[in-house]
Amino acid sequence: MNILNILDEIEKVDGEIYERLSPRRSAMKDFFNVGKKISMAALPLALGSMFQKAYGQTNPSSVNDVLNFALALEYLEYNYYNHALTNSTITFPTAASNAAITTIRNHERAHVDLLKGALQITGADGYVDADFDFTAGGAFGDVFSNYQTFLKVALAFEDTGVRAYKGQAPILKGMPVLTTALQIHSVEARHASHIRQMVAASLGVSLKPWISYAANGNDTGISAVDAVYAGEQNTVQAGVEINGLGGASQTQAAESFDEFLTGAAVKTIANLFIKTGKKLA
Amino acid sequence: MIMKNNELETKNELHDERLLNSTVGRRSFLQYAGASAAAIALVAAGCKKDRGYENPTMDGATLDFKTDVGVLNYAYALEQLEAAFYIKVASAPPASFTAAQKAYFQDVQFHEIAHREFFKKALSTAAIGSLEVDFSSIDFTSASGVLAAAQAFEDLGVAAYNGAGVRITTTDYLVLAGKIVSVEARHAAWVRDQISNGTFADLNSLAALGANNSAGLDAALTPDKVLAAAGKYIKTKINVINL
Repeated sequence: MNILNILDEIEKVDGEIYERLSPRRSAMKDFFNVGKKISMAALPLALGSMFQKAYGQTNPSSVNDVLNFALALEYLEYNYYNHALTNSTITFPTAASNAAITTIRNHERAHVDLLKGALQITGADGYVDADFDFTAGGAFGDVFSNYQTFLKVALAFEDTGVRAYKGQAPILKGMPVLTTALQIHSVEARHASHIRQMVAASLGVSLKPWISYAANGNDTGISAVDAVYAGEQNTVQAGVEINGLGGASQTQAAESFDEFLTGAAVKTIANLFIKTGKKLA
Repeated sequence: MIMKNNELETKNELHDERLLNSTVGRRSFLQYAGASAAAIALVAAGCKKDRGYENPTMDGATLDFKTDVGVLNYAYALEQLEAAFYIKVASAPPASFTAAQKAYFQDVQFHEIAHREFFKKALSTAAIGSLEVDFSSIDFTSASGVLAAAQAFEDLGVAAYNGAGVRITTTDYLVLAGKIVSVEARHAAWVRDQISNGTFADLNSLAALGANNSAGLDAALTPDKVLAAAGKYIKTKINVINL
């Protein structure tokens, strides 16, 4: 076992390894001193912690930008569901509907805490309930008294969340944090699937768990959220026309691939619900 | 391949290069960097420099994870499996399925076929062949049997895409994987709700697939674990190299 051999090998594929480690020379020195004493069995763990320091805490600013952006969206979602559950006159029609929203609220809180941790934010939340206007300037005026309105906005948030994470993935390409982002992304998609079923049941419409085809992308019939679904009608993926592929209809072709939203598009949507002074730049 | 392998035994420098590429490729290193447990793999690289390079068997389908082609073929393999399953369900759904369930299984069938055919087209001549599946363990006449299998396939699919995303080097492919995995997650949630309403994102039940409920994180598994789980449904031998 030769630790320097390992670092040399890494240097061949990651020329920046020493550069990454150099700001933490004292940590390196400590590590090597410890390495002389600790057993072979303990070394893998110690090595892992060193690399975590080298890679985990020197995120490029663009990665931090992504994490901060994601955190803002999670604040939005968490406060929305928490408000509905703890400070509204919404009548949940069933115990199951209340439980589902509670499950989703708890996941969004977990995402907030996870992202705060990743960004090493130890203080209070950056956004609180009072920073949001969940009526979007009155467009959803009865959002916290009418269950159906509440569901419509939840639908928009979840489908936006899925599209938002997808759009940021390229910035995280090849990094461990990408896996974490993908793990959040698919949880949001599970939420979206369930909220869509809740909307279908409550409004008596034929909304599917997956985003179906509509000429303008918006399959929900709620025109106020058109921007959330812009582009979802796409049926061409990487130059391959999915419509007709393997017998897929235009509807099934659009359903089989979700589309991403750019950060700018997501911010425009999110800012509808964020009060002046706290809007996303 | 065998001759080349013999050459490698005598040319240490070249051998090291192969080992380096196979064991600490940049992508896999970055993936491993955050996980202390995975540092074992790096230590192993330091210890076993003289270990013989295993010659891949060329029978069956080979997934070479050294490049994006291998990752895409991996996805192609899983989509073949899913499509085959749903084609069988949609062609003869369990008698107790509701009209809505029949319709949605029809939809899901076409989604999975679309994914399969997309990868086949995108990979072109680099695509692996058609896999032979083995669904003998599934009772296709039973609604609960079909739903349980569908849930297993969808949750495993989510775990597979989530775990493989970090290996993808081409931005377009990463985005495409993202476009597909959220649809798989929508399927998974719906199927779960058919089995037991409210379990759409029961992350505790997905812990074995790498989910973490307290962090609100969905499943994510490395390809070796996914293929081990999917193995009982696939007759074709799948060789994995450069993972």
